[in-house]
Amino acid sequence: MTPPVRLELVGIGKRFGAVVANDSIDLRLRPGEIHAVLGENGAGKSTLMLLLYGVLQPDSGSIVWEGREVSVSDPGTARRLGIGMVFQHFSLLRTLSVRQNLQLAYPDLDEQRLAQVLGDFDLRIELDVRVGLLSPGEMQRVEILRCLLQDMKLLILDEPTSVLTPAEVEQLVAILRKLAQRGCSVLFITHKLDEARALCREATVLRGGRVAGRLELAGSSDADITRLMLGGEPPPAQLARAAAPPGATALQLRGICAQLPGQRRGRLENIDLSLASGEILGIAGVSGSGQEALAAVVAGEIRPSAGSLWLDGEDLGRSGVRQRRRRGIRVLPVDRLHHAAAAGLTLDENYLLSHYDDAACHSGPWLHWGRVAALATQLIQDAAVRAPSAAAQARQLSGGNLQKFLVGRELAGAPRVLVCYNPTWGVDPGAQANIHAALAAARNAGMAILLLSEDTEELYRLCDRLGALCDGRLSPQLPTAEVDRDLLGQWMTGAGGSSPQRSGACA
Amino acid sequence: MRIERRAAPSRRMQVLSPLLALVATGLTGAAIFAGLGQPPAAVMYAFFIAPVRDLYGISELLLKATPLLLCAVGLSLCFRARVWNIGAEGQFILGALGGGVVALACNEFSAGFGWALLGASVAGMLAGTAWAGIVALLRDRFDCSEILTSIMLNYIALQLLLWAVHGPLKDPAGFNFPESALLVEELLLPTLHPDYRVHIGLPIALLAAAGLWLLMARSLLGFQVRVFGESARTAGYAGFSSRVLLWFVLAACGALAGLAGAFEVLGPVGQVTPHLSAGYGFSAIIVVFLGRNHPVGIVLAGLLFALTFIGGENLQIEFGLPRSITQMFQGMLLFYLLAADFLINHRLRLPGAAPALAGER
Repeated sequence: MTPPVRLELVGIGKRFGAVVANDSIDLRLRPGEIHAVLGENGAGKSTLMLLLYGVLQPDSGSIVWEGREVSVSDPGTARRLGIGMVFQHFSLLRTLSVRQNLQLAYPDLDEQRLAQVLGDFDLRIELDVRVGLLSPGEMQRVEILRCLLQDMKLLILDEPTSVLTPAEVEQLVAILRKLAQRGCSVLFITHKLDEARALCREATVLRGGRVAGRLELAGSSDADITRLMLGGEPPPAQLARAAAPPGATALQLRGICAQLPGQRRGRLENIDLSLASGEILGIAGVSGSGQEALAAVVAGEIRPSAGSLWLDGEDLGRSGVRQRRRRGIRVLPVDRLHHAAAAGLTLDENYLLSHYDDAACHSGPWLHWGRVAALATQLIQDAAVRAPSAAAQARQLSGGNLQKFLVGRELAGAPRVLVCYNPTWGVDPGAQANIHAALAAARNAGMAILLLSEDTEELYRLCDRLGALCDGRLSPQLPTAEVDRDLLGQWMTGAGGSSPQRSGACA
Repeated sequence: MRIERRAAPSRRMQVLSPLLALVATGLTGAAIFAGLGQPPAAVMYAFFIAPVRDLYGISELLLKATPLLLCAVGLSLCFRARVWNIGAEGQFILGALGGGVVALACNEFSAGFGWALLGASVAGMLAGTAWAGIVALLRDRFDCSEILTSIMLNYIALQLLLWAVHGPLKDPAGFNFPESALLVEELLLPTLHPDYRVHIGLPIALLAAAGLWLLMARSLLGFQVRVFGESARTAGYAGFSSRVLLWFVLAACGALAGLAGAFEVLGPVGQVTPHLSAGYGFSAIIVVFLGRNHPVGIVLAGLLFALTFIGGENLQIEFGLPRSITQMFQGMLLFYLLAADFLINHRLRLPGAAPALAGER
């Protein structure tokens, strides 16, 4: 006879240094229940699941498993209890076949049981194919199969649909339903409301590491749920802006469809967007909603499969990265150390990355290192970057200091357009304030800024207009005053049928 | 015992590590000779000192250093871009073949030898470039590892050379030896001094090293190569074409290695033979690492390596030791260098030892 409560978390807490990731979290799960864990990036969902799976240890609180308090010291213990987890990034060996991967986990693999599980759950997996040749959806099914081969009582899935096509999502839903019918509980981590609604009756919403609420999905409106996810407080006031209204349209995207190479996530579907000089347009969205692809399309690093890009009324669709930089388009990608900069290069060399075409830095084939070093040193002083000298390597700087340097580098020379993605992610509050002030000043001086950010506070504070990306589709963009947190949350989660531009899906 | 990364590797040791490796190689070599029943001091003298006792010895050293330097300069460019071209040997052989074919075609000329010499050198460069171009093409179009393709092309190049000297290039009047006809005197590279064999290839190799320095330290193109080597994504972000840079470094290396091959045929060897290369293309890889991938270091390391070739030959003659002594020394040098570099970047921690307090990450 199964106990009425399979899992109970009581007052779970976990901190990393000064950051509180989980704060007295309670959660109850019945056998056969599919329970959604909802929340923004950084709400503490993944930390909680890692605590449950034994990858991390809680600082406080207790885990009660089938009526008995347990300590999950490592994933092996979790598996012996009957807890399985499917990670966002698959833990399979790509060069081995599916069967060999299973044998690594189960050295005496029972073929009969394997066949039975495959049939019961209609998993449709070829056992002798190399894992590297499988689609993301198939790899995920192999991970689930690996969990199912033992007696599973709780399956944890971390953002399982982010890499799946719609058809694969349906297949996953069917598998999870079957699993629940057999009494296995499922914890389903997501930020997509429609999927949570399709699968789960109840959800726990996390915000800032705490339980913001537990609710019945059927009886709650999308607005109720997103308000829990994003917080109900009024958004912060915008930083002071110049009185001048936004000027003429600087950058325009029309019907852009694109895809980051080699990745299922991060596609863009039919993006229309226009950005005026003297404004900051903010685009919200959880990570992987297409921000990286959008920044890369504007930079010219990837070619869109459809659509066009215009700067000051001129079609730049055919020009490469270098030509666009010459025309005044600057982009600051999210990966500071290996994309916007190179970790092993010195600061003056990293400065040169964005200014090698400036007359001050080179003539003919030759570089003027003396002048480059002087410019970089000047920037270090002006942007209050804490670095020993311009000869320091980028990797020696803290995240905040490197970011101050990079923002200053991109703003130098007063470009027409700046696109930045998560410009203050992981930087200290002082650097954040610096960067915000620099962006606002550049806007007031007439620059057109597209701010892609996962930090909604930052967006409200800086932006003149707001929109959101969800699954590669862009919401309408409205003046910040007209976008309350409910609306922004709905745009970010694609809830309430608010995802526009469905019509013109990309080929 | 555990291995962990050092927070801040010592700059001084990074510069000194080639010397450390050299000392360790010498000590190990002496121990091995002692084990073989040879007097270590005398052997070491014969290996390192005797070859450069007189001007002729030094000129021979410079002669050997010429192809090594040309190959190493090209490889250095590739390695700066983190394009791991192991195929300088094959590119060298193709250059020797290309240069040899053109020179042999001009062997019966009565005038215009200067132009023929230039043509043969250019043909060598083009042949080497074409061979390296295969590597670039395979990586560019099919994303094949340049390490594997360039190694495999070395073997194909060697077979091509053997086929040529057993077939179309074989000297009809050569008693069926697998060798081409000898080039006429006028088709050989001018030497720097009538008494010595060292030829104008040496100043050209030094010019190439200086050019490498100028390129990497002063030019936008060299900067692009370095950024590409540090991070291809960053290069793409800055608007540098990874494809252009890949083709550029491989083509440049192929041209230099090919020139080295042509110069061997047009210089000391004077004909196309199966044993044109003493493994210059392979040894040049170690020269680049030993020289810290810096033009000055490469020149010094190239001279040292030329010494191991000559010293090895000297040991064969004076002590009857096998030819493989040269390779043993070269291998030990690389081994100790890699070990020294590893210990500069990492530390060994014995069990129970207190963890380091400062600079821990």
